[in-house]
Amino acid sequence: MEGVPLSAYLALGAVLFAIGGLGVILKRNPIIIFMCIELMLNAANLTFLAFSRYHDAPLRGTIPMEHTYMNGQMAVVFVMAVAAAEVAVGLGIIMAIFRMRETVDIDEMSGMRG
Amino acid sequence: MGSSGLHPAAIDWMALGPLIGVCLTGVVAMVLEMWRPRMNNNGIVGVCIVGLLVSGFLVIANWNRPGGESFGADYSEANGAVGNLGLFINDRLGQVIQLLIVGITLVTVLFSEGYLREKRLPFGEYYPLVLWSAAGGMVMATTRDLLIFFLGLETLSIALYVLAGLSSKERRSQEAALKYFLLGAFASSFLLYGIALIYGATGTTHLSGIAAIANTQPESIATFSVLYAGIGLVLVGFAFKVALVPFHMWTPDVYQGAPTSVVGFMAAGVKVAAFAAMLRFIDVIVFTSSVWITVLAALAAVTMTIGNLIALAQKDAKRILAYSSIAHAGYILVAVVAYGASKSGPYEPLGQSTVAYYLAMYGFMTLGAFAVLSLTGRDGKEGSTLEDYYGLYRSAPFPAAMFIVFMASLAGIPLTGGFLGKFLIFRDALSVDMLWLALLLGVNSVISVAYYLRIVQAVCTEEPGVVRSRFAPVNAGLFTACAVCAFLLIAGFVAADPLFDWMGLSAPGASVVAGLPGR
Repeated sequence: MEGVPLSAYLALGAVLFAIGGLGVILKRNPIIIFMCIELMLNAANLTFLAFSRYHDAPLRGTIPMEHTYMNGQMAVVFVMAVAAAEVAVGLGIIMAIFRMRETVDIDEMSGMRG
Repeated sequence: MGSSGLHPAAIDWMALGPLIGVCLTGVVAMVLEMWRPRMNNNGIVGVCIVGLLVSGFLVIANWNRPGGESFGADYSEANGAVGNLGLFINDRLGQVIQLLIVGITLVTVLFSEGYLREKRLPFGEYYPLVLWSAAGGMVMATTRDLLIFFLGLETLSIALYVLAGLSSKERRSQEAALKYFLLGAFASSFLLYGIALIYGATGTTHLSGIAAIANTQPESIATFSVLYAGIGLVLVGFAFKVALVPFHMWTPDVYQGAPTSVVGFMAAGVKVAAFAAMLRFIDVIVFTSSVWITVLAALAAVTMTIGNLIALAQKDAKRILAYSSIAHAGYILVAVVAYGASKSGPYEPLGQSTVAYYLAMYGFMTLGAFAVLSLTGRDGKEGSTLEDYYGLYRSAPFPAAMFIVFMASLAGIPLTGGFLGKFLIFRDALSVDMLWLALLLGVNSVISVAYYLRIVQAVCTEEPGVVRSRFAPVNAGLFTACAVCAFLLIAGFVAADPLFDWMGLSAPGASVVAGLPGR
């Protein structure tokens, strides 16, 4: 297969995942943190799709190819559905907090210690 | 397509019965919620109890039916190395865990109604969410496909994010929901990226792929580095979900802030489901490298020690139990590590019975403890510092007495299931030559007595000016929940032999409780 090699997709996925992970740790706004988590999920999706598209790459054991081909694509569909459900619940929680406190800064969320 | 002789496996509807039962009960409960009388959830609670009992019976009806994987491609004839890539597995471990989750949900439903009413949280949605969360846990325990495991985990978690924030007028409940949600989603993304890498290395999300690749020894270093990275990330995801140190930071805040009945379910149900799934994962990864056992043993040691030491310094009962649940995750991990080591090393194979037994005992003792702690929920308010429990034994003698049983079991004092569970873990660790881990477990369970005693002391302290109306009245549901949990803990100790025979998870030929002191 000519064109963009598998390793380029994997590297992009790893970089997106790392950016997302750093964002979760460094950012203070829950909405930004949540966007970073979405970035990490999409990095996983990209990795799934790359492996699925390059299913005849040498990285392979003994699994039949048609299984591999569909497995990765179905994974992405499921992950998108799960991510959508998470967005619904997550934004609901953030909304509820904003209504009560007029702020959503994560540093304000320190009512419990010990 | 189909050139390799794809045989769609037969669908085993009967094996899916318990799962369908729990999901359908949730749907019925949600429909009932629209019709119920105002502020009255009794009808919903009744339906949930009946539905859960039916699901429990369906698990037992499956007990002796031949197991196996279904809902997926069966390559066993065409390609023996790959085998059956079914999405659902009907085996004894899955059945035991399903029964356990159904039991935990039943006890949660029993004591929730009184608590929710006292806390002025008359939400009928509570019950369907608990049931669907339980269904997610059951999926996690009955699959060997990582993608289906992920879906089960998300079903379990997303329902719990909502439940954690149920007390919408309470700042700390909202804070708990946000922390749980953000860290849970963060953990999920690690898990998912790990699954993607494992998929890349093996060509399938099914665990058989890892086993096949470990057996066939492929030529490429790239395959193995991708596989190892994937396994490592999945383990990080697991560590977040079962709260292993250093991935435990969310646990105390979430346990302190979330409504107490939800915390009981969360502490018991999530750990049971996640450890069952972890057991299946360990089953295959031990053959790829011995490093996983070392890493997990180190995590178990750190988790037990840190969990117990921080618990000593806490002043809030729910926080103490949160750190206690972290420590218990460490104990269970020791059992998991011993099981994995016995599979890959030159030792007598250990069965999955120790882990299953400890999960059962841990589930009911934790749930029972939170049921009693929920008694401070009164008139829409709730306190959970140790002082808030002063005088509980006067206003609620029976739950307070049962609470002593739960604490004794958590601390591992004889005549309770918690003791036998710790003893079995200790013995398993010794049988795979992990003396240091076994000793650390012993030392930790001695340390833990100190903080369990402090809660018991608070419950039994009499304060001159104590206001009895601080505590909610004990209703039949809470009474039954406490009685059931305490009965199971003591029965689990007294009738351990028949229980292990019935579970049927012990290694063939091994005598599980032989040589136990006093038996």
